[in-house]
Amino acid sequence: MNKSSITLKGLVLGAVMALSGGLSTAPASAAVVGVEPELQSWTFAGIFGKYDSNQLQRGFQVFQEVCASCHGARLMSFRNLSEEGGPLFSEDQVKALAAEYIIMDPELVEGERAATPADGWPNPFETERDARGSNSGAFPPDFSVLAKARGVSQKFPFWAFNYFTGYQEGGPDYIYNLLVNYVDAPHDVEVPEGQSWNAYLGGTLAMGPPLFEGIVDYEGDVFPETVEQYSADIAAFMMWMAEPHLASRKEMGFRTITFLLLLAGMMYLVKRKIWSNVEH
Amino acid sequence: MSGQSSYNPTNPVEKWFDERLPILRFSKEHLMDFPTPKNINYWWTFGAILMFVLVIQIVTGVVLAMHYVADASMAFDSVEHIRRNVNYGRIIQAVHANGASMFFFAVYLHIFRGLYYGSYKAPREILWILGVVIFVLMMAISFMGYVLPWGQMSFWAATVITDIFGAIPIVGEPILVLLRGGFAVDNATLTRFFSLHYLLPFVLLAVVMLHIWALHVPGNNNPTGVEVKSSRDTVPFHPYITMKDLFAIVVFMIPFAWFVFFAPDILGHPDNYIQANSQITPAHIVPEWYFLPFYAILRAIDFDMLFISSKLGGVIFFGGSIVILFFVPWLDGSKVRSGTFRPLFKPFYWLFVLNFLMLTYLGAQGAEGIFLLLSKVGTAYYFAYFLLILPIVSRIETPNPLPASISESVLGNKGE
Repeated sequence: MNKSSITLKGLVLGAVMALSGGLSTAPASAAVVGVEPELQSWTFAGIFGKYDSNQLQRGFQVFQEVCASCHGARLMSFRNLSEEGGPLFSEDQVKALAAEYIIMDPELVEGERAATPADGWPNPFETERDARGSNSGAFPPDFSVLAKARGVSQKFPFWAFNYFTGYQEGGPDYIYNLLVNYVDAPHDVEVPEGQSWNAYLGGTLAMGPPLFEGIVDYEGDVFPETVEQYSADIAAFMMWMAEPHLASRKEMGFRTITFLLLLAGMMYLVKRKIWSNVEH
Repeated sequence: MSGQSSYNPTNPVEKWFDERLPILRFSKEHLMDFPTPKNINYWWTFGAILMFVLVIQIVTGVVLAMHYVADASMAFDSVEHIRRNVNYGRIIQAVHANGASMFFFAVYLHIFRGLYYGSYKAPREILWILGVVIFVLMMAISFMGYVLPWGQMSFWAATVITDIFGAIPIVGEPILVLLRGGFAVDNATLTRFFSLHYLLPFVLLAVVMLHIWALHVPGNNNPTGVEVKSSRDTVPFHPYITMKDLFAIVVFMIPFAWFVFFAPDILGHPDNYIQANSQITPAHIVPEWYFLPFYAILRAIDFDMLFISSKLGGVIFFGGSIVILFFVPWLDGSKVRSGTFRPLFKPFYWLFVLNFLMLTYLGAQGAEGIFLLLSKVGTAYYFAYFLLILPIVSRIETPNPLPASISESVLGNKGE
């Protein structure tokens, strides 16, 4: 075998992996037929990405004041809100926040107690039946990993680039685009009772437009109180809920790959030295 | 391996031990002195890479099993618990999940290398057959592993794939019930899949040992396909091959780490972050990427053939596409092993590679229109390659002249 043909085949086979891998994720949200999604430049994208704790705090505010009245987040504990890489509330803030919530505990004489930082986020409804009953038959999905359960569809070849950029932010992009695309339905579309038209979905859904300008009061005047800003903030917060250790994972990845590259270089030199006396 | 052993214990303790359990002698002969063709290229490192990935999968899998709960109501949350609360759990889980993809990536390269260089030909037929057994076991293990997180894709993949067995006449129904532990995929399915997902990798490991044993009888094939003629053609396994394999393993770990740390979910499907729900069928049920070519073959048969329904026909072709691999050593009659010296074989081989990639692509598309038509063409070529092209080409082809020996081919290369 001569060396040039090896490199050519190497390229072909390298492409194989990218191709074959991408295809399985491509149809993730093929049902989406509406307007093209507008991809956001998230602070947590890319190999050096990390969450903006201020954005997460704003996102939490939107979650707590708007979303949490219908949506649960059973896998998030109060203590997570003060952990490294997250919204970075202080431990006292989290303790005070938890104390505002009631946890049902049939083991206690009173049958309930105030929540502590170790408790999970309480569900707004006790059962799915209750949830459906309060939402005209629809079941508001739990937020815990919802940001990772959604994705945007991209045209070839753009999705193929994701393997090289590590782009995995299709979930928050989906959420952002869903939230900013509540518009009036086209004239020829009849929207059923209890449903709302969404231009991004190109269809209707049971959730009405949850955000309006000024619905959440941000501290100070730095960030606009617009639907776009709220949407970006809640999408970022939901991504953090789904992937709370993203920043430390990427940091460790950077160290690991740097180490592997150096090790591979040294290994190659040793290998070449060992083989130097062999005609091959 | 033949000839005098190079293991000559001098120390009396070693001697005493050697007479009772010659494990050191065995290691010296097979892990150090084993003569290996000196011209094997980097495609030959995938054997060691696969061994490495298998060990990674077993070690990470054992740790995950300490925290995972095989119960339909708790499985989904227990995997999230591993990712969120277990020390380094997110890394261990990501290594295991992406490790399956890396395993298949490496095994496909390993298989295609064997197909190109004729590594299945005499005297390596048993070696090849054991390899196909390993591949089948890998498919079963990875499929069952994919069910364990109990997301929507897990659940529906389990439903669709077990359903395939239901198409078999007479015994299909009992097999289906046995696989699922009931009439539908449910808790009983999850618990038996977990049990088997833990058991079968050790069976796989045993078959890998046989595979390596079968390799060490005739020794490695090599890019020229010419048998080893003298010790000038070989190098000892250690340090030459061990060092080369280790280097390749470290290089392989780089893209592996890329996926684990920077894009751990990119090879998966977002729907698997939705807990399994038997009441809601996902819009597209797509298997993991490494099953896509076979999935395309399964769906390509959408027509009845005589008394065979389209469903059974699909299952026959799906099963046949793997079973046919067992017969490759006897379908290809060419005495020349390496594709390098087979001018007529080569274009058909590369077309087969492209066809396999096309089937991978088609497996992810809807089974309709042009995609379905291409799936049929791809399926036809897949079977034609083994059943028509390999037997016919080997009869009518005039191979290029072979080098007299490995050493000669190596020296010849230098002159180019």
